[in-house]
Amino acid sequence: MQIHLRFFASLREAVGTSQETLELPADVKTANQVREHLRARRLADGRALRMAYNQQMAEPGTPLSEGCELAFFPPVTGG
Amino acid sequence: MPVRVQTEDFDLTTEMAELRAGFPKIGAVVSFVGTVRDLNEGEQVAEMELEHYPGMTEKALEDIVTQARARWDLFDALIVHRVGPLKPLDQIVLVAVTSAHRGEAFAACEFIIDYLKIQAPFWKKEQTPQGARWVDARVSDDVAMQKWAQ
Repeated sequence: MQIHLRFFASLREAVGTSQETLELPADVKTANQVREHLRARRLADGRALRMAYNQQMAEPGTPLSEGCELAFFPPVTGG
Repeated sequence: MPVRVQTEDFDLTTEMAELRAGFPKIGAVVSFVGTVRDLNEGEQVAEMELEHYPGMTEKALEDIVTQARARWDLFDALIVHRVGPLKPLDQIVLVAVTSAHRGEAFAACEFIIDYLKIQAPFWKKEQTPQGARWVDARVSDDVAMQKWAQ
């Protein structure tokens, strides 16, 4: 399955890119499994992290779908 | 249900006039304007940059307005949020709601800004004498939202 990754704010800086396309191994099926799959990329080591699936807040267990957009970012600080 | 994300500043008087125009049933307009402070967590802030998630941001703001309209009897609601570089004294965000009576308008306006603080994908990066830093989310924002739990 191929998905589109987006990174924002401090996570974008830590990862070094704002977006990329990723081919997932067959056993990676949820949002949190992608985070674990990307552990080597310093994705929020020890920091709070939020995920969005197709531009809606996601839970760790949110299932993924072919071509979906999965975003990683820190807790929001607008307003 | 207008929701706007923009780099330009906004004018409260103009926005209020547009929100009220042609609605003589409106008896209450409540607005909240968030502004940039020059001091945060003990450091002087010279400038900040607001980043957001285009697409998701607008959906999140519209969803917050939909939730407010489901809870209170409102005529309309407006959210304007700025992005890009901002300086102390600048306006960041405007929330305005119209209703027949003040109680609904006050509650809905506070609900919208409380939810925006937790759910809308904006991030602030501050420039201080010690360098640039991303603003940490506040526990008090989570507490503020919990009071709206049903």
